[in-house]
Amino acid sequence: MAKAYRALPVLEVKNIVKTYGGVKALDEVSMALTAGNVHCLAGENGCGKSTLIKIISGVEQPDSGSIYIDGKLQEKLSPFSSIMAGIQVIYQDFSLFPNLSVAENITITSQVAIRAKLFSASKAKIAAATIIKELGLTLDLSAKVEALSVADKQLTAICRALINDARVIVMDEPTTALTHTEVDYLFDVVRKLRERGVALVFVSHKLEESLQVSQDVTILRNGKHIISGIASEFDRKSLTQYITGRDVSEAREITSPVMTAKPLMEVSHLCSSGAFNDVSFTLHSGEILGITGLLGSGRTEIAEALFGVRPAESGTIEIDGQAIRVRTIRDAIKAGIGYLPEDRLTQGLFLDKSVGDNIIAGSLDKHRSAFGLLDGEGISKTTQSMFDRLKIKAKSVSAPVRSLSGGNAQRVVLGKLLANQPKVLILNGPTVGVDIGSKEQILEILRNEANLGRGVIVISDDSLELVSVCNRVLVVRQGEIVDTLTGSQITATNIQEMTTA
Amino acid sequence: MLAGLRGSNNEGVLALVLVVIVVAISILNPVFFSLTTMFSIMRGSIVPLIFALGVLIVIISGGIDVSFAAIAIFSAYTAVKIAQDGNFDPGLIVITLMAACFGALLGLVNGAVIANFRLPTLIVTLGTQGLFRGVLIAYVGSKYIANPPMSLDEVAKTNIISIVNEQERGAFLHVLVVPVIILTILVAWMLKRTMFGRAIFAIGGDDEAARRAGFPVVRIQMMVYILVGVLAAVAGVFHVTLGRNANPQDLVGNELDVIAAVVLGGASVFGGRGSVLGTVLGVLLIQVINNSLLLAGVPTAWQRAAVGVLLIVGVGIQALSAKRKTKRSFVTAQLGA
Repeated sequence: MAKAYRALPVLEVKNIVKTYGGVKALDEVSMALTAGNVHCLAGENGCGKSTLIKIISGVEQPDSGSIYIDGKLQEKLSPFSSIMAGIQVIYQDFSLFPNLSVAENITITSQVAIRAKLFSASKAKIAAATIIKELGLTLDLSAKVEALSVADKQLTAICRALINDARVIVMDEPTTALTHTEVDYLFDVVRKLRERGVALVFVSHKLEESLQVSQDVTILRNGKHIISGIASEFDRKSLTQYITGRDVSEAREITSPVMTAKPLMEVSHLCSSGAFNDVSFTLHSGEILGITGLLGSGRTEIAEALFGVRPAESGTIEIDGQAIRVRTIRDAIKAGIGYLPEDRLTQGLFLDKSVGDNIIAGSLDKHRSAFGLLDGEGISKTTQSMFDRLKIKAKSVSAPVRSLSGGNAQRVVLGKLLANQPKVLILNGPTVGVDIGSKEQILEILRNEANLGRGVIVISDDSLELVSVCNRVLVVRQGEIVDTLTGSQITATNIQEMTTA
Repeated sequence: MLAGLRGSNNEGVLALVLVVIVVAISILNPVFFSLTTMFSIMRGSIVPLIFALGVLIVIISGGIDVSFAAIAIFSAYTAVKIAQDGNFDPGLIVITLMAACFGALLGLVNGAVIANFRLPTLIVTLGTQGLFRGVLIAYVGSKYIANPPMSLDEVAKTNIISIVNEQERGAFLHVLVVPVIILTILVAWMLKRTMFGRAIFAIGGDDEAARRAGFPVVRIQMMVYILVGVLAAVAGVFHVTLGRNANPQDLVGNELDVIAAVVLGGASVFGGRGSVLGTVLGVLLIQVINNSLLLAGVPTAWQRAAVGVLLIVGVGIQALSAKRKTKRSFVTAQLGA
């Protein structure tokens, strides 16, 4: 009975085909969205999810196939007609205006849609306040968006979608930048949206979250429609299989460092006022050490202190028994520390340069011949060996990084770090925004590097990733290490409880 | 508490700096503190303020226009020359309208190139600056016109407030201050209260987001440059009127003062930020500095240096306060945890 009764879909796409220069980005893909349901759209990077979103939002036109809104065939969907039909996309970058107030950000697109000529800040405030109240949120209406946390920016974007009478809201990677509590809050809001009869599309790499919040699932792989069904009929394992097309092991598989030997790195009583306090830990050669905590707990600040981005005020760092002074990034690199920043697209890569240039960018000092000139042969040897060792999927070392997928770009950053032969490798969110197949391969690279004798520090709030590779996990809360998990204590539930406690 | 007085673009700080400088100069040289000086600074601000309004609009939209002075003299000189060659005197308003048409046309050239090909605005307007000037001198005329139409001369001699004092120099407030005040209010209203104004801010904040929000970005950018062209042309005619001559070699080369005033007024060179109030204060500040240095007997060359230093200080303050902001948000994140 329950299955027989299915309301007319708000939006339905049927047999969509889209080709870009001979490559089929979408091949006979269909999806139906029901009012009040969350539809999980899953697949690896480059599987066609973004293309499908672009077609739904009218930004791209399909080569063939049909789009129905409320059962009515849409001849040609433009961005404007899509918005008028109540379809709203919340992009990963939210597409908000950082220099404008929350109230104005919420109301401005609806004003554009009705082609208003005049603008009234006070009316915008009233309209924004109404929608915020309806959702039971607290947002400072006159604050500028640039001053907001990521979570509040997202809520602003959701309010903006609703004020346009959204009937379909597509959320692209909505939880990537959020902490656990913020994710819970978002899901509360999603529940309220469902009660209002909004159909949602949820694009995420975090599978258990997607399953938790979704009612329907559609999976794409290489532009092909693999399967659609009811969320309760899937579990993490089957989803992973459909997404990758193979079995991906998720078991705990850790390296075996010699913990009795002298530690590779010893950090004692590191302090930085307002960020962290009395941080002490050791790292052994061949060990993968996890550092976890909520956003703003101080986990990133500790890493940045070790790498000299924001040097600590007091405390000591020893590497191989020798005290080192880290005042600048140069000091850290000299001492053999490599760091992968959180936001690698802006901090770690020259997007328009080639893969090879990016790999070598951090270690040019190590590739000099006589007279201090660059050693071309050595450089190409290093770049090619990194390219092969990290299995970077690109045409060649001379392909620009911009053309790579997220997982592959991540490997280029890793290659850049490794080319410098660091003793200690610090990685902040190494698999954020990376699809599940690439994620497993990146973790495998970390294990290999640890086996080569490096010490690896992984900073992450992805508990499964920590469980999968870490020998030990430090839990940071309000700038202090509150616990160290070892061996069988390292479980996903333990980590999540410890961080939020 | 003080944060409220600072204003969203540091206008409060700027007003304070202005007051301090005026007080300091007045103590050094009491002659400075008089109605005469005030009116003369206001008269001196007429042309730069109109320019600055135009520059403010482009800077908020995320671009820059360095061709405004070339547009101004092109439009004003051409309009005056047409009147002179045709031996007729249509009056200030018609001459201004004629010049505004030329200004709009030249602005359209800038806008069309920038918006359609998405080229860097500085380079494009640097190019068109040379182009407009070249065309003016090659095709319109290179002769200095010493006797512009009588109607302009009349306006040049009209003051709305004239205080003639036996012992002192008289104090005269020029009539062209009135249209400038009206223009200033109009631009402020447009930026704050119209969707066009908000669109300019939106594009300056994030042009991709503006496109996704449904703003006709290309059209708005074109209109911005047209508007700058029109404002520049008006400023050009006022400049010719006040100087009582039309010189095709004029104006170009003084762009720095105007851009410095706008940036000092809190407009961000990265776009999305800026206010009319700040711009007015910035223009006044630069006029006061130019004026007082003159009174103090400082050579003109040093005035240029002073404006250059001010510009760097202004941008430096912006960068510093941006840095402090990120630090502050970092600390609040800590407190929130």
